[in-house]
Amino acid sequence: MTEPRVFFNFGITDDSHTLSAYRGRGGYQALEKALRTMQPLDVEKEVTTSGLRGRGGAGFPTGSKWSFVDKKSPVVYLCCNADEGEPGTFKDRWIFEHNSHQLVEGVLLAAYALNVRHAFIYIRGEFDLSYRRLLLALEEAREAGLVGERILGTEFSCDIIVHQGGGAYVCGEESSLLTSLEGFKGYPKNKPPFPAVKGLYQAPTVINNVETLATIPWIITHGGGAYAGIGAQNNTGTKLFGISGHVNKPGIHERPTGYPLKKIIFEDCGGILGGKALKAVIPGGSSTPVLKGFEIENVTLDAESVIKAGSMLGSGGIIVIAEGTCMVRLLQVLTRFYAHESCGQCTPCREGTAWMDKVIGRIVAGQGVKGDLERLEAVTSGIMGNTVCALGDAASMPVASFIKKFRDEFEYYIEHGRSMFDGRLEI
Amino acid sequence: MSCLTDKFDRLRATYPPEMNSSLVLPLLHLMLREKGHLTESDAIFIADYLGVPAMQVKEALTWYTMLHRKPVGKHVIKVCRNIACSLMGAERIIDYLKQKLGIEAGETTPDGRFTLLLVECLASCGTAPAMQVSDTYHENLDEARIDHILKELS
Ligand SMILES: Cc1cc2nc3c(=O)[nH]c(=O)nc-3n(C[C@H](O)[C@H](O)[C@H](O)COP(=O)(O)O)c2cc1C
Ligand code: SF4
Ligand code: FES
Repeated sequence: MTEPRVFFNFGITDDSHTLSAYRGRGGYQALEKALRTMQPLDVEKEVTTSGLRGRGGAGFPTGSKWSFVDKKSPVVYLCCNADEGEPGTFKDRWIFEHNSHQLVEGVLLAAYALNVRHAFIYIRGEFDLSYRRLLLALEEAREAGLVGERILGTEFSCDIIVHQGGGAYVCGEESSLLTSLEGFKGYPKNKPPFPAVKGLYQAPTVINNVETLATIPWIITHGGGAYAGIGAQNNTGTKLFGISGHVNKPGIHERPTGYPLKKIIFEDCGGILGGKALKAVIPGGSSTPVLKGFEIENVTLDAESVIKAGSMLGSGGIIVIAEGTCMVRLLQVLTRFYAHESCGQCTPCREGTAWMDKVIGRIVAGQGVKGDLERLEAVTSGIMGNTVCALGDAASMPVASFIKKFRDEFEYYIEHGRSMFDGRLEI
Repeated sequence: MSCLTDKFDRLRATYPPEMNSSLVLPLLHLMLREKGHLTESDAIFIADYLGVPAMQVKEALTWYTMLHRKPVGKHVIKVCRNIACSLMGAERIIDYLKQKLGIEAGETTPDGRFTLLLVECLASCGTAPAMQVSDTYHENLDEARIDHILKELS
């Protein structure tokens, strides 16, 4: 049996991203089906049945998120989170560049289910081709009567507005995204209230990742039950995995959840560069805890299995690290990033991320002192769970896990004032 | 400024009227494309146009890293320094660019042609190392490729 494919189901050519090509492979038939034969609640039910969990990182069940929204509210907003900024993650960009229409159709289906008149796609400001491809798709869709007033001649109207971000990682966090979309600097907000109750301009708002929404057309076409039959039991479907770092063939692969992590690295991506041994894997984007090479032996790519191994499935950005890499200097790349991206609103995150970066920087400069590792551990536990948004946790988990897993390397660096591996990052 | 306000008007028409305040960032982006960099008076101009507090726009201007507040070169080079690119040689690429352009990160060449900036993950991790030159992505970088890219630029 060939594996079902939600994304990689066509050959990429010069015009495979156009409306006529998308229609040629069955595009917008899910929208036709929903608008002509289904009630909005039926769409939500299919999504609930599918077991689809959000692909933005937190893995929250999509149907359940939609069910919290009061669809009778005079205004409901939908925001597609296309801020793709978690280091190691590059899957949403693939969807924009190769199949923006699939996302547009998914946004329309979600809008229909949620009684949304205006939907927003908050796209990373740096995106170039992705942005142009999305605008092109929307223009084609508008001309074909698929977006705007009375879609396909029905009562359903929906406009889709593309909103460019300003280059802030934190704006991918949902409450920050909404503040940013309201025209302010992107400070996250305390939850509750959750956006589903009080979101954009105080109206009930659903925020979903690009990949999450682009999966909806498949679910409506084939049924939620069919989707639930794919992949792992509690984390159904297929997912886009982006593999980067020290592998021979990095890139995006669509695989059913529950697929062996080792297989994706050693078979699909051709193994480790230069035939080196596998040192470590960060399985779900830079914020997820690092695993040692031997720890991935039986790990499969679904939430439960990765959690059991001590990390998280996150965004599906798998970062592969070969033997010979200096984990101390690699961690500095991350502490610098989080210190730079902390919005500065809460003290534990603002001070903590700066402090962690300073201590790691000192160690890398050969000026680490005894007690630095304990100090770092104390800072991470001071941040975790004590901040407005999850960026604080995201910044702490790499520090805590790198030190825990590679303590000897950190101790060596502090004691000798130099790296055990010549400070190598590139292999 | 009438040509600029025409563009403002057209952009404003694409948002629902009750979302006036949402136009702050889109207008800042639009003005940045027109002017290359933005100053406080640009923020005040947008605030007046939208009828929102000047403080709101000024704060947005200083908070979003993509909004240049200093003049930049004709070509802005943004090199990723994050994890996947670092594993594939970003440090080497950055050193090469610094040496070739004769500037440090954050600086502009004296002839005003190039600005070199270090940025975070560009979502090109599978084709690392990566950079953008005036928004266009360049991936799988090595020294020869950089020579070629810079030579092609006017
Ligand atoms: C610091 C931070 C950055 C985030 N960045 C993104 C992002 O770029 N894209 C995304 O979809 N979700 C991101 N998220 C997760 C969102 O807050 C949110 O959970 C997600 O967009 C919900 O969509 P989903 O349910 O479809 O996954 C981020 C979260 C945090 C804490
Ligand atoms: S945790 Fe960090 S990024 Fe999030 S609101 Fe607090 S200071 Fe800002
Ligand atoms: S880490 Fe450089 S593009 Fe992602």
